Amino acid sequence: MSGHHDDGHTHEQSVPEIRTKALESLLVEKGIISTDEIDEVARMYEQDIGPMNGAQVVAKAWTDPEYKKRLLEEGTSAIAELGFAGAQGAKIAVFENTPEVHNMVVCTLCSCYPWPVLGLPPTWYKSEAYRSRAVIEPRSVLKEFGTELDDDVEVRVWDSNSEVRYMILPERPAGTEGMSEEELVEIVTRDAMIGVTKVDVPTSAV
Amino acid sequence: MNGIHDMGGMHGFGPVPREENEPVFHEEWEGRIYAINLCTRMPAGLRPEIEEIPPATYLRYSYYEKWLHAKVEGLIKIGLIDRGELALREVAIAESPSAVAKPVVDPERARERIERLKTLYLPDAEPTGEPRFHAGDEVCVRNINPPGHTRMPRYVRGHTGTVQQLWGWHRFEDQDPPGVMTDQAEPVYSVRFEGSELWGEQAEPNQAVYIDMWESYLESPDSLSNSDSEE
Repeated sequence: MSGHHDDGHTHEQSVPEIRTKALESLLVEKGIISTDEIDEVARMYEQDIGPMNGAQVVAKAWTDPEYKKRLLEEGTSAIAELGFAGAQGAKIAVFENTPEVHNMVVCTLCSCYPWPVLGLPPTWYKSEAYRSRAVIEPRSVLKEFGTELDDDVEVRVWDSNSEVRYMILPERPAGTEGMSEEELVEIVTRDAMIGVTKVDVPTSAV
Repeated sequence: MNGIHDMGGMHGFGPVPREENEPVFHEEWEGRIYAINLCTRMPAGLRPEIEEIPPATYLRYSYYEKWLHAKVEGLIKIGLIDRGELALREVAIAESPSAVAKPVVDPERARERIERLKTLYLPDAEPTGEPRFHAGDEVCVRNINPPGHTRMPRYVRGHTGTVQQLWGWHRFEDQDPPGVMTDQAEPVYSVRFEGSELWGEQAEPNQAVYIDMWESYLESPDSLSNSDSEE
């Protein structure tokens, strides 16, 4: 995708759009960045890096007990085994949701998020509402996402304030025993790996 | 700094807004400024600049408008661009979109950039001593109010938690004084705070917050009572 229109066709340009184009133009002309470098980086995070990466990690952990053990002990290296590493993933810790403990992730100060496994965060994760409420009323937030937990389930909220990034290993739903790793990849969702939802039992398996 | 960005525990922002099938970038310029940021690193990063945005403006800006604002201010500060030349270029592009720079294509450079972004790197620094705390230790978060960038949110200050584990030795990210970033490394611990400790009677049942604490954020409750008795 290129940021440049060669045909002179104009649409109404917004203020941030104009400012971004002006900034990019100056940096390109000064030799600080190249145009295709910006094209490629934006494209990579739009197309290649996203929750489909994390879904592979989860499906492997669900089907390979040895891998799951490595993942929970040393997330970064177990994730790198599948080829996922890099920016915002210097240290990734993975926590498992169980019938007794429910983990969820927030960044109250900013928007820190494990890019190599989940890509860029959705707007709701960066919203004032989520950042302010997740630490003080996590159950109420979870309820908005349709996740209702009994009081005897402990809720653990991980605030990503250091360079450590967090990913949640959701519970494997009942009724998926016959599914292959490839099929399981398809049912894992981004929100379950942030820890605000559970993975649903696929209707085909019910 | 005690800024608007430090939102943990605030009330009043309403329900969490959600969008089905959300695109990674809603506007093309968002992807451009995102990528420009990754390709032009600033010594102190983007966050201190974002936190300097006045509170009312911070709340009005969209997410990537904050990035754009912070990037521009940061690059001006380190002298890579000039405010006047940016303003002139904006006027030119507003008048004619074709006033943007001629594309510069450098596939080798783009390839290297992508590889670097996908390469595993380690935040760990060399230990320079023994960690002061260990798993199971009760710790108290110091009550400090630094005016520059800090990774210690207000909602844990003065509260007591329990060390869970040592993540390693990481670079200290706080600015002190503002604008200055130290290179020193410290042990960083995962510390658990009970909901009732942080939120009192309003806490929801059976809830805990885990947050990472650089060693200099923490005191042992013993040393607190000792210093009290000395005074």
